[in-house]
Amino acid sequence: MLQNPIVRIATKTLLPVILLFALYVQFHGDYGPGGGFQAGVIFGSGLILYGLVFEPHRLTRAVPISALLVLAPLGVLLYAFTGVAGIAFGGMYLDYSVLGPDPKAGQHLGIFLIELGVGVTVASVVVLMFTAFAARSRGT
Amino acid sequence: MTDLDPVIAAVLLALMAATAVAAAVRRNLFAVVIFASIYSLLSAAFFVVLDAVDVAFTEAAVGAGLSTVLMLATLALTGDQEDSTHHHRALALIVVVVTGAALIYGTSDMPAYGDPQAPVHQRTVDRYLEDSRTEIGVPNAVTSVLASYRGYDTLGEVTVIFTAGLGVLLLLGRPRRRAAR
Repeated sequence: MLQNPIVRIATKTLLPVILLFALYVQFHGDYGPGGGFQAGVIFGSGLILYGLVFEPHRLTRAVPISALLVLAPLGVLLYAFTGVAGIAFGGMYLDYSVLGPDPKAGQHLGIFLIELGVGVTVASVVVLMFTAFAARSRGT
Repeated sequence: MTDLDPVIAAVLLALMAATAVAAAVRRNLFAVVIFASIYSLLSAAFFVVLDAVDVAFTEAAVGAGLSTVLMLATLALTGDQEDSTHHHRALALIVVVVTGAALIYGTSDMPAYGDPQAPVHQRTVDRYLEDSRTEIGVPNAVTSVLASYRGYDTLGEVTVIFTAGLGVLLLLGRPRRRAAR
């Protein structure tokens, strides 16, 4: 753990803001810049910051690796099955217009779901990459 | 269309060039990684000048933030001094000069910044921009193109990221959960 109190206190203060900002970027991507990819990277970076300043094992205690290993493919599957849902509701693959009561509502729902899938996968993968590197550098 | 501010663009590009040279002459890899991070942040600022805020956002988050962390994690595994015993300076200089000359030659064929006659604007862009509001109803046209019109491409990109993560885990080994408590 880094002993520098400025870094530790700044991290503790900033971390909730970083994670909240990531959620804002995730769910506000329809209206402003951003979306699932950027949100996932910001969320993952916030968790990595926690792992860097405190020990990586405290990060993996808060966010278990087994959960990340489930979440990473789950995001891709959410995206792919949103596409399949388009077929099931009588449209084409990745056609969201048929998912809602009217085409615009369907598009909104579809974009929400696939951006969520993107965000979940990206955040899980970047944290997994960091933990893989961190485990190596500690000689385990 | 807003015109490119030549002063701001020139200052940013000059800073990027200075950062690149500074990174190239350093032997300490820790310094090189930090210079690469600064370079990414400057290029993110340049993307903002080019009105590409979504790209700037990604560059700042991935280039300046995440890849810096991963590079530093790599340095923790390999050591932070450059191994200069196997250098072929003349060969490296020739490769860099030829590649740079080819890239500069390539830009002479590119359309001017913001040119509405550019080939990329001739096919589907008009339709996306005009119909996105009525078809998709999402105010940010970038999101509607990425998530809906080009949904296949984005699905492919997510799969690529997932595969990259899988590759890292296979190469470095699955992180162990029993880390010292």
